[in-house]
Amino acid sequence: MPHLQFPALSVPLVLFWVFAVVACLMGLLVIVLANPVSSALALVMTLCAVAGLFLTLGAQFIAAVQVIVYAGAIMVLFLFVIMLLQLRGEPGGLRGVLFGPKVLAGALGVALITQMGSLVATAAWPAGAADPAAFDSPLNTQMIGKLLYSRYLLPFEVVSVLLLVALLGSVVLAKRKF
Amino acid sequence: MIHLLDNMLIRAAVQGLMIISIMLGCVTFLVWTERKVAGHIQLRIGPERVGPFGLLQTIADVIKLFMKEDITPSSANKVLYTIAPMLAVIPPMTSFAVVPVWSQFALADFNIGILWVLAFTSLSVYAIVLAGWSSNSKYSTLGGLRATAQMISYELAMGLSILPILMWSGTLSLREIVLLQQRHLWNIAVLPFGPIAFLLFLICAIAETNRAPFDLPEAEAELVAGFATEYSSMKWSFFFLGEYAAIMTGCAVATSLFLGGWGGPFVDQVPLLGIVYFVAKVFALIFVFMWVRWTFPRFRYDQLMGFGWKFLLPATLGTLVLGAICMTVFPGFYHQFYGR
Amino acid sequence: MVPISNYLWVSVILFSLGVTGVILRRNAIVIFMCIELMMNAANLAFVAFARQTHTLDGQVMVFFVMTVAAAEVAVGLAIIISMFRHHESVNIDQVDLLRG
Repeated sequence: MPHLQFPALSVPLVLFWVFAVVACLMGLLVIVLANPVSSALALVMTLCAVAGLFLTLGAQFIAAVQVIVYAGAIMVLFLFVIMLLQLRGEPGGLRGVLFGPKVLAGALGVALITQMGSLVATAAWPAGAADPAAFDSPLNTQMIGKLLYSRYLLPFEVVSVLLLVALLGSVVLAKRKF
Repeated sequence: MIHLLDNMLIRAAVQGLMIISIMLGCVTFLVWTERKVAGHIQLRIGPERVGPFGLLQTIADVIKLFMKEDITPSSANKVLYTIAPMLAVIPPMTSFAVVPVWSQFALADFNIGILWVLAFTSLSVYAIVLAGWSSNSKYSTLGGLRATAQMISYELAMGLSILPILMWSGTLSLREIVLLQQRHLWNIAVLPFGPIAFLLFLICAIAETNRAPFDLPEAEAELVAGFATEYSSMKWSFFFLGEYAAIMTGCAVATSLFLGGWGGPFVDQVPLLGIVYFVAKVFALIFVFMWVRWTFPRFRYDQLMGFGWKFLLPATLGTLVLGAICMTVFPGFYHQFYGR
Repeated sequence: MVPISNYLWVSVILFSLGVTGVILRRNAIVIFMCIELMMNAANLAFVAFARQTHTLDGQVMVFFVMTVAAAEVAVGLAIIISMFRHHESVNIDQVDLLRG
């Protein structure tokens, strides 16, 4: 790569590695930890790290929404349900899982990583690092808003109906008596 | 590149430490103020023995807390039990970073400033949830459950109550919102939606910081001390610290959004006056918080949820629609009177 | 600049972890969390590609994915609650009444 220069330690690179390592480690903890509350917390950390990755990609609005919606609302809902049902975790965690499924799941995971990884490694991605000036502008939020209300107006409205339906559906499902 | 990194990091670290220590200092002062205000509202005098006017009372209390035994219940989840108090302090302090203290200084000037504040506010619920869950006691669990439901509900209304102001300012950066208010009028004076939005935001901020009349999570009469029942010593005081830091941050954000931030008369000639104005406004708002706390009785739980969902949410949505209608239908009026 | 393939690697790892978790875990809530993990992997890829192609459509897509995820979680957790009422458990091995 003749045009790309990799400085030994640039700010985005350091940030990328910090967030990437945290995301992957905490993602692993999600599936390893026995206690559902600990799993949920690990997932919160993963989500925050992914939000950090979004920031390094210049997607400020999406990063903020990720923390507000995912970490601040959805995961709190998870914790709320875990507390409501008084779940205390599977005894022994992963040790309770049979040997067969364990091997199968592990093999599948490794296979997935190698297959998709080989795609990432070999595919010819459009060259040229992104131009920060065009993307990191303070208008990020404004431009997303304009897109939402022009090209994506119909999906936007449909999604709002979907949210209403989900609201009603969850009330109907969880309520005991009407 | 490395040089730049060093410089940036060191500068940010020093400024961050400065802000944190100032906030900690303010908390000691605020605890004293709260007790004095409470005393005078209830026709008492409040602390007066330790130091002049009892000013050193909080220091004495902190020393007492340090000396106390740090108890961890044997049935508690040790790790989460220890993490929870830390999580109580981090979000309010972090969200303070984007508040512009005066024209020359804000720790971080993001163009998504207000979203940053909302993001960290939404994370502050974890401290209470975890404290409630990990203590493994029924009072704590009930307090934690109440707090979760309450904070999710009022967070929604808080986000919505800011929207008319964002629409009016056309930016998410707190600094630019303050600058716009200096050129024209404070946002609280933008009729008809300004004052309504301010009032709604203040109510939500009080509910978000779990203070009376919304202090259901720790309602001492029914739940002992709610989510903090099992906590003692420094761990407990971290929750206390977090609450006061959250109050300060909430008031600072309200000041920037509605009360013109560091703006005031002669601030252009003497920029340092900005800090004085900012601190004065923040403390005036904090006084309102205390006044409310010692004046109103506590809600019942169903009243609390009903108020949040059936009154506050429709009211904020209504304010948003009202603002949108006013800005579209009477642009001439706003241009003439508010110069926009 | 950080090359885009770095981000895709993270995305791949997170997605595989999610798939493995869905197969491995028996707790319905944890399985649900693993699905969220996979969605986040997809979101990360979306944003990385948006950056590469200089368009914002990828970010808008992530916005929609988040909305759908919120709706999905609301309904899914309601299902888990009613499941718990019937079976006193959220272990999916014990919830097999539909199996013939």
